[in-house]
Amino acid sequence: MKQGGNRQTEKLLMQRSVPGRVGAVLPDLDVPAQPLPDDALLRNELPLPEVSEPEVVQYFTGLSQLNFSIDTHFYPLGSCTMKYNPKINDEVAFQPGFAGIHPLQPIEQSQGALELLHKLQGFLGEITGLPAVSLATLAGAHGELGGMLMIRAHHLANGDTGRRKVAIPDSAHGTNPASAAMAGFEVVELASDKDGNVDLDGLRAVAGPDLAGVMITLPSTLGLFDTNIVEVCRIVHEAGGLVYGDGANMNALLGRVKLGDLGFDVAHLNLHKTFSTPHGGGGPGAGPVCTTSQLAPYLAAPIVTKRGESFELSTPEKSIGKLSGFHGNFGVLVRAYTYIRTLGDAGIKSISGNAVLNANYMMNELKGTYHLPYDRTCMHEAVFSADLQKERGSSGLEIAKRLLDYGFHAPTMYFPLIVHEALMIEPTESETKETIDAFIQALIDIDREVTEDTQLVNNAPHTTPVARLDEARAARQPDLRWQPDAAD
Amino acid sequence: MTTTRPGAAGTGEDHFQSHYIPNTTDEQAEMLAALGINSIDQLFADIPAEFRNPTLNLPTPLSELEIQRELGGMAAKNRPLGSGPSFLGAGSYNHFIPAIVKSLITRGEFITAYTPYQAEASQGTLQVIYEFQTLICNLYDMEVANAGMYDGATSLAEAALMACRVTKRGKVALADTVSPAYSAVIRTYCQSQDIVVETVNPSAPALDDQTACLVLQYPNYFGYIEDLQSLVDTAHQQGALAVVSCDPTAMGMFQTPGHYGADIVTGEGQPLGIPPSYGGPYVGLFATKQQYIRQMPSRLSGRTVDKNGKIGYVLTLQTREQHIRRERATSNICTNEALYALASTVYLSAMGKQGMRQVAELCYHKAHYAASQISDLPGYSLPISSPFFQEFVIQCPVAPAEINRKLMEKNILGGLDVSNQMANGMLLCVTEVSIKEDIDALVAALAEFK
Repeated sequence: MKQGGNRQTEKLLMQRSVPGRVGAVLPDLDVPAQPLPDDALLRNELPLPEVSEPEVVQYFTGLSQLNFSIDTHFYPLGSCTMKYNPKINDEVAFQPGFAGIHPLQPIEQSQGALELLHKLQGFLGEITGLPAVSLATLAGAHGELGGMLMIRAHHLANGDTGRRKVAIPDSAHGTNPASAAMAGFEVVELASDKDGNVDLDGLRAVAGPDLAGVMITLPSTLGLFDTNIVEVCRIVHEAGGLVYGDGANMNALLGRVKLGDLGFDVAHLNLHKTFSTPHGGGGPGAGPVCTTSQLAPYLAAPIVTKRGESFELSTPEKSIGKLSGFHGNFGVLVRAYTYIRTLGDAGIKSISGNAVLNANYMMNELKGTYHLPYDRTCMHEAVFSADLQKERGSSGLEIAKRLLDYGFHAPTMYFPLIVHEALMIEPTESETKETIDAFIQALIDIDREVTEDTQLVNNAPHTTPVARLDEARAARQPDLRWQPDAAD
Repeated sequence: MTTTRPGAAGTGEDHFQSHYIPNTTDEQAEMLAALGINSIDQLFADIPAEFRNPTLNLPTPLSELEIQRELGGMAAKNRPLGSGPSFLGAGSYNHFIPAIVKSLITRGEFITAYTPYQAEASQGTLQVIYEFQTLICNLYDMEVANAGMYDGATSLAEAALMACRVTKRGKVALADTVSPAYSAVIRTYCQSQDIVVETVNPSAPALDDQTACLVLQYPNYFGYIEDLQSLVDTAHQQGALAVVSCDPTAMGMFQTPGHYGADIVTGEGQPLGIPPSYGGPYVGLFATKQQYIRQMPSRLSGRTVDKNGKIGYVLTLQTREQHIRRERATSNICTNEALYALASTVYLSAMGKQGMRQVAELCYHKAHYAASQISDLPGYSLPISSPFFQEFVIQCPVAPAEINRKLMEKNILGGLDVSNQMANGMLLCVTEVSIKEDIDALVAALAEFK
């Protein structure tokens, strides 16, 4: 692991500041100077750094080298689909005809952008089997909020005011209950059965006149295709509820099954997972919402419609309203469009096939060494438990940290919550067999280290820019910005 | 063109060798053999047979050369701001962006990293967020800032929700000078939580003891500076919070919302080094007072030490967030806009103390020059006399839509038609990228209408 090369990164921007240095030169004023407003309206101090351009480039480049990333490391972070992010997608999105257009410019001056968005709506509708699509939501959780507001609006429009509850499996991402709560619902937790499917008896018990719907992630966060899914949808629909699909794990299902065919009513997709748009260290994402023609009138505004040969922005008839300032994360949408066009019909199916093959191959090679709580064919990811290693003195966290020393990003840890010492591993389709084999070997070697040298594992990582950090101190004495009077 | 070819023996389906997917048919066969099966399709046996392998009506794959051609053609149907004089703002702004911003944010180590949950492997991203938090606090003169929200609109909506949590009140007073798009997003966010949104006139806002916050924009949607001190005081007199959405570029010269005592300050980060990109991705800015820190949405990077005493950074106070607190979280936000928080941080570093002041002053003088030239034209006037920054409203002699059509014939992108809010009103924006010739061309074109 590089340690920032020769360029030191310890000093922060304000500490690097030298009065008089500039990092950008601007043109002189070419119009007559105008009278300034009253002094009271103007600020005096502007405490920003004074650094030259080379220092800025060197500092941030040094910082970048402290990161693991897909381009530098295998990044099998379960549930996050850290696949290769094609460079052509960035190049396309940055060209002036896309990056340089204003969201409020006349639609006659934006026809290329609108055409792209219209086609992307069609692609996503086709892939999910939910033909009506809004691209306006800016991340997965944002799409969830939009989808749940649609479910609420649907029930209210039917005069069905008593549907206050939303049932969510105990394996769900935290965003699901948080989004349901933001949409004004009361959350009921659904248990999983011994195979990792939604427990049908538990579902029947809550499927009453107060149930607004369920939120289902398919495949589940256990990496499993819920074999009860058609029955789940039937039970919910018979009770008058709707089925929301969290599309975070769609990488497993591309071209293999359509959510709409299974009975889902609304779903979001994470374009920054399944459709290869870069995660950027925590965004931007995009979370388009796909739905049935029945629920289409409730979609968030705007959607792109075609009239004759031209494209325009419109607000669906009973829209839940606007959820973002403009029309969605356009730059992300351009990348996803480019990806789908590049892969096409044949390639889309190849993504899911290889992602699932890689995950099963890895699972099979490791299941003799790590406990596999649900021993069935997995989808795009496999969830192990480090229970066996914990008995010998090393927890899932410690194994994950030790992987960093082997040059692999850690898997997702301690999630889903229903698996003890969970290690959730998602190799994706874009990794080579050599990399996956090396990763398997690393986990086998670490298992041996747990027995032979527990402390080596438990004090890991040893090779990263910093060792294990004091999180308790960070939370107890929050230091969230640099200040000149701080001790250092 | 299509590179689909028949499947190799044993894989059970057609094989498509994408340049993004390394596995060859031989490698697939080897992995399948290790699993004791002979086709990829068998791995999908849990999907009910009647729904498995549906018809997928998508176009055939394209090579990169074809992609460049097709997408280049689509891009060519749009008019980029740089292709001629442009005076459209209203929430998305055309500012100079130093080349280093794109160069740094497209480094693979930044752009292909995940959210920095694994701190030891993410110190670069975490230190960037800490820098971002520092600079946003300094820009707005606030005590604490988060790692960013989706955009300016959602940032303001989340601020309104936060004010309701802090005050345990259920009414949001929304100034009618706040952007209509922001107001719409606030209403969408509030609709399901039994929060009442009332529009108020900022010259005399009617608040009461149920008002959680007074929501303002600074400069306001029309570009003008309101009496922030008296508005903040009015909110505080009723025990309400003052929530201010503030243009970061204006902070290069205008007094800060923190100085006036604002409780939550949000903003659209797009002016800080992010291209307009048809409305996104941008980044929402969000800052508040220390005392409200545990009610904040979104991530925070905190400085701490590692077990050897070396300084490092971690995501902190995560018990506010959805992955820990689930339905009781302060917000459902997870993925935000980290890459564009980085862009803003690089931009603020490069522009720095002097550059930010220069940009703000260039915008100010050019906008005021344009306003004075236009107000001298027969038939035109400036209906609002308050101080303004880089945007202002002109009252036109004819419908702004008609003027804008004529301007476009001269390849000038005019201002936003706000005639639904002000008779024959056009909202113009002039930034540092407009040269005198552009402004004079606009004025000359406007002079053709009387």
